[in-house]
Amino acid sequence: MNPRTRLWLVVLGGGGLAALLVAACLRLPVFGGPWHPYGDRAVRAALARHTANTVASVNFDQRAFDTMGEMTILFGAVLGCVVLLRQARDEHRDPPAPCEVAAPVRRYALIVLPVALVTGLYVIAHGQLSPGGGFQGGVVAATALHLMYLGADYAALERIRPIEAYEIGDALSASAYLVLGFAGVLAGSAFLANTLLPYGTFNMLSSGGTVPLLNAAIGMEVACAVVVLLARFLDQAVEIEEGSGE
Amino acid sequence: MTAVMHVLPYLVAAYVFLVGAYGLATSRNLIHAVGCLAVCQSATYVLLLAVGYRDGGTAPVFSDIRPGSRPVVDPVVQALTLTDIVVGATVTALLLALTVQIAKRHGTVDPDELRELRG
Repeated sequence: MNPRTRLWLVVLGGGGLAALLVAACLRLPVFGGPWHPYGDRAVRAALARHTANTVASVNFDQRAFDTMGEMTILFGAVLGCVVLLRQARDEHRDPPAPCEVAAPVRRYALIVLPVALVTGLYVIAHGQLSPGGGFQGGVVAATALHLMYLGADYAALERIRPIEAYEIGDALSASAYLVLGFAGVLAGSAFLANTLLPYGTFNMLSSGGTVPLLNAAIGMEVACAVVVLLARFLDQAVEIEEGSGE
Repeated sequence: MTAVMHVLPYLVAAYVFLVGAYGLATSRNLIHAVGCLAVCQSATYVLLLAVGYRDGGTAPVFSDIRPGSRPVVDPVVQALTLTDIVVGATVTALLLALTVQIAKRHGTVDPDELRELRG
């Protein structure tokens, strides 16, 4: 198909889709209206289980099974990237030469690294209380490590990031989520049901039953997954070269 | 609020989606196409958050507000948006990994040239 015909086809299809979307938008409930039946019920259920952050309650209690699916997608995508970005037979590893980093960049990166790491862990730990949680905090903690690459060089990053350990951590935290789910079955209720632990005092770190535990498992999973993903892409960009080497 | 404001956020979501779809259809570079897919996906964030908004509502987090003292926005769609973002990020990573391999094996990331290679 030549580009001209294709553009016409896109315009025709896009025009039809646009008309349908606008027609659908006009029939949607009014923006900002007071009618949110599921939202109201989710808030009530979260408060009944002493979870201050309703979004965490929806993710790790009311829809914990869906979050398991989401975690599986993340795990599968990391696995796919590891397989796709492995070192091919006709490639070799060429460790990059260490290079000078401007002193202010170095100083700033090394000061911010621990602060960012602790911030990430804080966001994970307080997921059931304040905005944030395992997904957000995991990404913050994982990217914080990469300040080492900016502040020093790739070899320094590889020293604080033994990739096998993070791959094992990824698998362990994914299984921890499953084990917590089955613990509910063994305790006599349902898979991933939040009936295992006492709900605790509202707005305290240990409140919400299994929500903090599932949240921590997800935090560790996301942190390890992001580290492994970025490592694979960085390896491609920095270390792996074409040709068989020697 | 005027009648326009009642549908404007939904129309913005539709517009963002269509812009992304146009970019996908006319893209000459796979990395650009992955970016366009991310634009399409961000339309769903706008749509979900717009569906969940409530006039005068605040975040559905009760660590610093008394339950019932203020209206809160719909937490269910916020959780869905979070899921959406995570899945979007992983799909982007996987597609970019595929693009890296395509660039290595075929020496091009132009979808049209790739089709010619096949034929």
